[in-house]
Amino acid sequence: MARAVSRNTKIGYTIAAWFVALLIFFPILYTIITSLKTEQEAISGFNLIPSFTLQSYEDVQSQYNYIRPFMNSVIIAVGSTILALIVAIPAAWAMAFSPTKRTKDILMWMLSTKMMPAVAVLVPIYLIFLRTGLMDTRIGLTVMLMLINLPIVVWMLYTYFREIPGEILEAARMDGATLGQEIVYVLTPMAVPGIASTLLLNIILAWNESFWTIQLTTTNAAPLSAFIASFSSPQGLFWAKLSAASVMAIAPILIMGWFSQKQLVRGLTFGAVK
Amino acid sequence: MGSITLKSVRKAFGEVEVIPGVDLEINEGEFVVFVGPSGCGKSTLLRLIAGLEDVTDGQIMIDGKNVTDASPAKRGLAMVFQSYALYPHMSVRKNIAFPLKMAKMPEAEREKRVQHAAGILNLTDYLDRRPGQLSGGQRQRVAIGRAIVREPSAFLFDEPLSNLDAALRVNMRVEISELHKKLATTMIYVTHDQVEAMTMADKIVVLRAGRIEQVGSPLELYRSPANRFVGGFIGSPNMNFIEGEVAAKMGAHAIGVRPEHFHMSTSDGLLGGTVGVAEHLGSDTFLHIDLDNGPHIIARAEGEFPVHHGDRVYLTPQEGRVYRFDQNGLAI
Repeated sequence: MARAVSRNTKIGYTIAAWFVALLIFFPILYTIITSLKTEQEAISGFNLIPSFTLQSYEDVQSQYNYIRPFMNSVIIAVGSTILALIVAIPAAWAMAFSPTKRTKDILMWMLSTKMMPAVAVLVPIYLIFLRTGLMDTRIGLTVMLMLINLPIVVWMLYTYFREIPGEILEAARMDGATLGQEIVYVLTPMAVPGIASTLLLNIILAWNESFWTIQLTTTNAAPLSAFIASFSSPQGLFWAKLSAASVMAIAPILIMGWFSQKQLVRGLTFGAVK
Repeated sequence: MGSITLKSVRKAFGEVEVIPGVDLEINEGEFVVFVGPSGCGKSTLLRLIAGLEDVTDGQIMIDGKNVTDASPAKRGLAMVFQSYALYPHMSVRKNIAFPLKMAKMPEAEREKRVQHAAGILNLTDYLDRRPGQLSGGQRQRVAIGRAIVREPSAFLFDEPLSNLDAALRVNMRVEISELHKKLATTMIYVTHDQVEAMTMADKIVVLRAGRIEQVGSPLELYRSPANRFVGGFIGSPNMNFIEGEVAAKMGAHAIGVRPEHFHMSTSDGLLGGTVGVAEHLGSDTFLHIDLDNGPHIIARAEGEFPVHHGDRVYLTPQEGRVYRFDQNGLAI
């Protein structure tokens, strides 16, 4: 039923929404502001007006190697996402189109692994990495991130595939399509929006992952999240540089997220709103 | 081409037996309708013939060849689904051409066949549209188009009209019947609507709980139902059943009289009753009557019959139009 909303109420809601949005965005905003300050300004207390110097950015770029962790981030995030999709698509497929009595249990079990604090398995994982020579390698980290995000990827794809009516696949079978043709010509094109938003979300999750990246890398495979962390301990007082490094670390994923937000929102609310 | 034989076909989902065993012969070119209440196994039977479900036991033969274990594609059948099941990302043209593409037909020949099918189904102007841009009736036609381009040995229709509104349903019903006349291909049509069954079928198969209750032409089923279930299911409004003294006098456990087979009078007759609701349609009058000491029945009078709520009426079943059933519901 339509409800008349008065103009004042609308204005009230709009202000409240902006306030909440600003509150959520504030830490990022303050990081950006701090990155544009001098080091003296940065430690001199709360101040929203910086002197707009790019000195910190120059320092970060000249004194530290930004490119290497950036490339590590790209390789690890994209690599783990592609690996996850390769594993998850057939898994979600099988669960969506030929479910068994235990399918729901398997899905719940997969999800339950995400409820466990990561630190609980730190020691065994650390030892495995140490003994298999995977410590501080891109391959090791790619596999690790693939594994930790796999439950979410499987769940998302499973939800998308479930939305595809089984009759359409049956129609393809009646039309003479083999299983391969059914996948290539019918299912994949219909699932592309779902696969795309899963891919985007997983890249973001992998890019932002910091627990495992910090624990399992030192220099060689360290991505941007570990790169930022490296600023905080030995050189903890250089807030402006730390902020500049942080901005440089989050900028690529922020830009990607901005351009793909429509796809992401559609993907995340898929099935909820028709 | 297009004869289908089912030999003791049985289907169980786990412990649940949906089809206990069906034997059926469908001749070439016949329009066969599977009809029955929902859950009677008619769609499952169709899916077994299509190959979309595995047969638990028994054999399915198409044109004398055992296809029980063949994949759907190998059976040479085409199916039209209740939900149309069109490919939403493809244009109408690509939808119709899809089975031909799968059969690796050259593109020129494909286009020729698509044009031909589109011509038959009045879809020529819509070939470049997506299914989402079409109305329900047009989508249904695309689904039929996709079926006819393959020139299958038989068409399978799974409640194809149930998503359409009443007026469109009547039109499509006529169109499908005309298509059958034109193509003369075997068609198996599943519906729960007995009017569709009566108007379209050469042969009706009435199903209940996975069993065939009766097979015959529409008028055979109408005139000589094998049991109470078929009598009650075929015909609209439903057949009236009267038990007790009146039935016993006629040597039956129950008698069945169709609403249109009563002589009605306001003065005298075999059965007396009071009018509950009177529906005056002009061409017909339907009376809902509570019989004295008897059940609630429906009677139809041709034209106008001037009675109203609360009036007394008397009914006499027409001679030779009374169906007698025994204790088990079988026709005597």
